[in-house]
Amino acid sequence: MELRVLLQEISQRDGVSGFEQLLASYLSQQFEVFVDETRTDHLGNLIMLKKGSKGFPRVILCAHMDEIGLMVTKVEKGGFLRFTSLGGFDVRTLPGQVVTLYGTRKVKGIIGFTAPHLQTDTEKKKSAEMDQLFIDTGFPEEQVKELIPVGSVAALQRSVVELMNQSCAGKAMDDRAGIAVLWQCATELQKLTHEADVYFVATVQEEVGVRGAVVSTYGLTPDLGVAVDVCHGNIPGAQEHQVSELGKGPVITSGPNIHPVITRKLTTIAKDYRLPFQKDVSPGPTGTDARAIQVSMEGVPVGLLSIPLRYMHTSVELLDLDDVKQGGRLLAYFVSSLDKNLVEELSC
Amino acid sequence: MLIQELSNLPGVSGDEGKVREFIRGQLTQMGIQHHVDTMGNIYARSRGPEKEGLDPGLMLSAHMDEVGLMVACVEKSGHLRFYPVGGVNPWSLVSKPVKIGKEEVPGVIGAKAIHLQKAEERKKALEIEQLYIDIGAKNKEDAEKKVQPGDYACFDTRSDTLADGKIITGKALDNRAGCAALLELLRRDYPASFTAVFTVQEEVGLRGARVAAYRVNPQVALVLETTTAADLLEVKEKDFATTVGRGPALTIRDGSVVTHPRVLERLIETAEKEARPYQFRQFTGSFTDAGVISLSRSGVKAGVISTPCRYLHTAASLLHREDWEHLVEIADGFVRSVHEKGLE
Amino acid sequence: MEALLEKLTKTFGPAGSEETIRAVILEETRPFADDVMTDNLGNLVISRGKMDQETVLVAAHMDEIGIMVTYIEEKGFLRFTNVGGVRIETLLGSRFVFRNGTTGVIGLEKQKEKKDPGFSAYYLDIGVRDADEAKKQVQIGDTACYEPSFGRQGRRVMAKALDNRAGCAVLIEALKALPRSLPLGVHFAFTVQEELGLRGATPLAYRLNPAYGLAVDVTRVGDTPEPEYKMGVSLGQGPAVKVKDSSVICHPAVVEKLKSTAEKQGIPYQIEVLERGGTDAGAIHLSREGVPSGVLSVPCRYIHSPGEMVDLDDMENAASLLQSLLQEPW
Repeated sequence: MELRVLLQEISQRDGVSGFEQLLASYLSQQFEVFVDETRTDHLGNLIMLKKGSKGFPRVILCAHMDEIGLMVTKVEKGGFLRFTSLGGFDVRTLPGQVVTLYGTRKVKGIIGFTAPHLQTDTEKKKSAEMDQLFIDTGFPEEQVKELIPVGSVAALQRSVVELMNQSCAGKAMDDRAGIAVLWQCATELQKLTHEADVYFVATVQEEVGVRGAVVSTYGLTPDLGVAVDVCHGNIPGAQEHQVSELGKGPVITSGPNIHPVITRKLTTIAKDYRLPFQKDVSPGPTGTDARAIQVSMEGVPVGLLSIPLRYMHTSVELLDLDDVKQGGRLLAYFVSSLDKNLVEELSC
Repeated sequence: MLIQELSNLPGVSGDEGKVREFIRGQLTQMGIQHHVDTMGNIYARSRGPEKEGLDPGLMLSAHMDEVGLMVACVEKSGHLRFYPVGGVNPWSLVSKPVKIGKEEVPGVIGAKAIHLQKAEERKKALEIEQLYIDIGAKNKEDAEKKVQPGDYACFDTRSDTLADGKIITGKALDNRAGCAALLELLRRDYPASFTAVFTVQEEVGLRGARVAAYRVNPQVALVLETTTAADLLEVKEKDFATTVGRGPALTIRDGSVVTHPRVLERLIETAEKEARPYQFRQFTGSFTDAGVISLSRSGVKAGVISTPCRYLHTAASLLHREDWEHLVEIADGFVRSVHEKGLE
Repeated sequence: MEALLEKLTKTFGPAGSEETIRAVILEETRPFADDVMTDNLGNLVISRGKMDQETVLVAAHMDEIGIMVTYIEEKGFLRFTNVGGVRIETLLGSRFVFRNGTTGVIGLEKQKEKKDPGFSAYYLDIGVRDADEAKKQVQIGDTACYEPSFGRQGRRVMAKALDNRAGCAVLIEALKALPRSLPLGVHFAFTVQEELGLRGATPLAYRLNPAYGLAVDVTRVGDTPEPEYKMGVSLGQGPAVKVKDSSVICHPAVVEKLKSTAEKQGIPYQIEVLERGGTDAGAIHLSREGVPSGVLSVPCRYIHSPGEMVDLDDMENAASLLQSLLQEPW
């Protein structure tokens, strides 16, 4: 399979935080040819081991497979559904969005709101609040109660849109782009040798508070890890240091959350292999799985590699495919370079 | 003075290397074995025999890191945009000298001159986005010879004394005062040894102490800290939190921990027995390493004792030397008492 | 159930000061326990059945919200801060009681501006003349809870601290009715400091390392005039099986187990999605390598006020459901 097709496939599949099982089974099929062992833990983290020649060090490569989504809180009169969010939405992006509801069966719905002619001029100027919105499935109330009980989740619906210059846009690129980086890394590793045991971990529930990474890291007791996530791409109006450019390679982060030796190693490898990369700094705990990994048990040295992405947490998250590809290659060369010496360097 | 030497060292959260090297040097001089983990926490065993049943029961800790800044990017003009690291007080930033990176490149924090501001602008607090560090560079290229994004910066404040030596001032008394106290305890002999930990990254979310407590796996823990004192002009006494010069402050609760009642009782008992002054921290906000330590593994009986400190998280804070000395003695008595009687 | 609820809600136990309520619960449960344990933080665990095999952790927090004295004024007025999520609109005129019985009423300073005054503008008046007199009864650091009041109208009970003595009562009633032989060992845990951020459950789950976890706690309802959150849970329609709150997305296996047990036993239940709020399950499910966890909720109105309200039928149904659940294999 091509990277482009894989990313499209996994972007279009649904895996809202806490409800990632279907996506996990698809992912395990896609990684099957690369790995030696696959398991799922109590929270649903998908953990796939590719054994190394020496079985040491043990490295985890984590990307979260969950996406932000909605959950039904109440069935109102007329069959309209009230909902809450799983993860952080800009509510303004929701009105008019088509969603896929996972009730007793899959049902489509539209996020509805008060008709414009009923709104006053002041109301129109205000942002919508989530409790003013509802999901409309078109079914009558009694049938809605049968089909979509309280607690059902909904995912945004969006087919991937291919744009100029290898860029594409779609839902859940945060962090399916990261999963695609892991997949590309696994592909590249087929051609390389590595001493390290590599755990590809597709984590759950990142968007509701990096919960999957808390427990998956505890179970694995790795020597080091790299989290792969997305970061903000350049858009008009943003300050230079808040964003990275699309198409100029994956982003290597430094800061207190990140072990400096891993940052240095990733940077050196990128330079040695002439792979494009960008740098970013984060002054505190990052909003990624790295946040949990670093403080697991006795501490796990962790790095962070990010794919620049515009319009995060909307259904048109836009990225450059080449960044994903280069990210996968960088990660593969990094893994291939790991040995006992590096682990010794990690002690301060 | 040890507190002053420690306070002068740069050691912003995540960049504690120079403080760590200094403390390790002190430990080596004392002949105390120690090791460092991958985050940079230092673990040391105090003098005294390993006593069955109490070991590794007791852990004392102090965080080494301080709040500070991080270079976010270098502007075309050569000015440095920065992020705060930890809860730096934004009021105190403008017009302060700073030191940047491993080479301690000097810089100053500038802002638009008052003459160039409109009357309305002057009334507003300066936000971090409006400030920048100036290292005297001609342009971006010139600046990048010395400084890179990601470099840490701390205030360039030399510790001093006031009021005939009773008051100590400095940029990082929070929490080098705690580190100095822990080092002082490590000089002494005890009937049984305890584990001392100098932690990292407290100011960005109690991160070092979390992994340290997991590793040490103690039953009882005492955190040596500094805490806010608001005994200031135009503040009502009820809002003081703590008062400088009235002895170390015992925490009953803060935002992260309820001091274990047995720990609190024993601290009070020790202070009373040794006729040392103490006060209760009359404020329940903010976090300390005790929060994560108390919840480590199956739970730890944890408490906090602090030196009251005015103007925390600014370029110049101050504390009373005697408060610190009393803290050392109460902590010392607590260690002996726990070794002698346990803590049931 | 009513008598137990009255006893539990009238007992003193703000977060971090749970000694009294722990003693009362221990007295109620000891005759039914195979094993009793109190840990470093003060969590009480009553265990039943075989502990050498897989166990289930059932947790109800025994702490309640309250206030803590931070400063004693010259005239004897007490300044205080909140312990847990005390709602400021419930303060003025409320009466609070300390462990030793000292009672006070809350007053408010004159407000110059019409904005939220915050806790610092309130004070507790315990009817003393000066600070010296006050210090004979109360010290800085002492905690107080709402003055107990217990009432019943029909099947509805009104009291302070139903959050979460209601959950404690459900555990105790289920424990009493539990048969000798059980498929899994059961830990009934009465946890501390839930109101301060699920603190008690964190080390407890680590220690017990159960096969699955269940928190029993109160939840909000959506059946009052203009409720804060639009949710489908009503008072009196049965205990609620939680799907999600801010602290946990419940494990589907635990949710299913609760639903199927209720259906098998003919116990009414509701499905709950809570927008804001957390329970001990939030801590339990992230313990070690992850623990499949769920929540059984008692619908409750006016949570975190001196007059919370639950329905006795919901309570009894919750206890039956819990008791039946514990007889199911995992």
